[in-house]
Amino acid sequence: MSSTLAQAQQEVVDEFAMLSDWQDRYEQLIEQGRDLPLIAPEHKLDENLVRGCQSRVWLHAELQDAALSTLSLPKGEGQNYAHNASTIHFTADSDALITKGIVALLVRVYNDRTPQEILGASTEFIDRIGLREHLSPNRANGLSAMIDQMKRYALAFSR
Amino acid sequence: MKPATLDPAYRIEEIRAQFPILKERVHGKPLIYFDNAATSQKPRRVIKAVSAYYATINANVHRGVHTLSNLATEAQEAAREAVRQHIHAKYAHEVIFTSGTTASMNLAASSLGQLLLKKGDEVLISGMEHHANIVPWQLACERYGAKLKVIPVTDSGELVIPGPTRNPGLFTDRTRILAITHVSNTLGTINPVKELVAQAKKLGIITVVDGAQAVPHMRIDVQDLGCDLYAFSGHKMYAPTGIGVLYGREELLEQMPPWQGGGEMIDQVTFEKTTYAKPPFKFEAGTPHIAGIIGLGEAVRWMQDYDLDAMAAHEHVLLEHATKELLTIDGLRIIGTAKEKVGVISIVIDGVHHYDLGTLLDQQGIAVRTGHHCTQPLMDRFGISGTTRVSFAPFNTIDEVDALVAATGRAVKMLKG
Repeated sequence: MSSTLAQAQQEVVDEFAMLSDWQDRYEQLIEQGRDLPLIAPEHKLDENLVRGCQSRVWLHAELQDAALSTLSLPKGEGQNYAHNASTIHFTADSDALITKGIVALLVRVYNDRTPQEILGASTEFIDRIGLREHLSPNRANGLSAMIDQMKRYALAFSR
Repeated sequence: MKPATLDPAYRIEEIRAQFPILKERVHGKPLIYFDNAATSQKPRRVIKAVSAYYATINANVHRGVHTLSNLATEAQEAAREAVRQHIHAKYAHEVIFTSGTTASMNLAASSLGQLLLKKGDEVLISGMEHHANIVPWQLACERYGAKLKVIPVTDSGELVIPGPTRNPGLFTDRTRILAITHVSNTLGTINPVKELVAQAKKLGIITVVDGAQAVPHMRIDVQDLGCDLYAFSGHKMYAPTGIGVLYGREELLEQMPPWQGGGEMIDQVTFEKTTYAKPPFKFEAGTPHIAGIIGLGEAVRWMQDYDLDAMAAHEHVLLEHATKELLTIDGLRIIGTAKEKVGVISIVIDGVHHYDLGTLLDQQGIAVRTGHHCTQPLMDRFGISGTTRVSFAPFNTIDEVDALVAATGRAVKMLKG
């Protein structure tokens, strides 16, 4: 894992910068999807679906803390855990390969970061890797919905 | 089916030249627009007509005594007359301007619901309806305690037609309204609307037809169809967005209560009672979308100048060619294989998600629609979550179809590895 979230973003940007052709970029994206930490079957539930995607995306988050056992939060609930050093571990899946690749990129960058890091992160790296069309507020693609959902988890875990 | 040969007399280059957007590039590639069933592109004449309205005669209609108001009113009413001719309505006042098919259907369902529906009555729709021809009726049924009944769809995407032997009991003695699509937006199926309407009429059932996907592709004669109401959108037939039509038979429109209240639709207003204007104005509350109406009028004239039959024949050649070539792709099947179809092909490919396919086609400059196409019950019927839909216009070419087939093959290869 890269040492900071910004460095992880830069790493992704650099990887994609070498690929000038759309075909290579999308093949790389599909390849990323294969490395996605898959959501456990018991969490692959409708309540973990990200709203706003034409394809189905399941996203699950767990708070991990070295000192305590792993805590899991139901989506959207702000329970009162105070763990300054705690990080969030995401798992996900999608039935579309490109979407799976996108969620894998996000997970790669945001995974095992503190809620504060995730909440403070900029998402312009998506634009810089030439996938800007996935950021448009189009109900067919759920990239912004995925980012919102990850940030909502971060917010819930930070309270 | 007619053989898939192009008519050498068909003026494809001349037609293409009239659509400025076809010069655009997408991801550095020439645009191939196969999403015509979602919205059509606009010929320069339509764009000019809308712009000329704003630049030269912009004024509110029907109210002013000044010159511009008169000119705007004349232009609007000339468009109404052009639409009347185009669909062969008996009178221009049978043409109601709405914001689109969805608004037309909400008007129809709301007003007819109030006029006709009582507890236990039935509204009959089909299994291939767009949500715009489902939800308004559900709302009306809920309000009046009526039931929504559905004509089933066969595996090939055709309606199970009611008849004494084939599907007895489809119309019951409680059926009050038949609301059915002329052409399926997802499957391309052309439904035997005339036959259905004739059967319904014999039983005194009011008939409403969703013509959104039919009007762009074929000659419509509402008197010949015999339906009571016929709805369509401007933006799918070369006109601007935000304008549509509800045709209604005069006698029925006279009886139907208004849908929305406001300016333009009244005769006399006092705080005790309001009397309404005659159709169409009874159903056109507020300032209309004048520019859109004028654009619609010009779109209709454009379609007439370019021979709708020749354009339909061209689309049919594209449909046949694309059907044949797409089926050569491994694992590809077509949802909607009715005998009578317009130029719409919905495909699914084993192991390929429609979102992935649509995204990779876009990267190659090809615009298609992916998803459920606002027909979720139909998706459930076929046990699929969505399709990739290719829909043709008169400006599409055989070369573009070949490019689509090659691009689809490339995408499938990337996705299946």
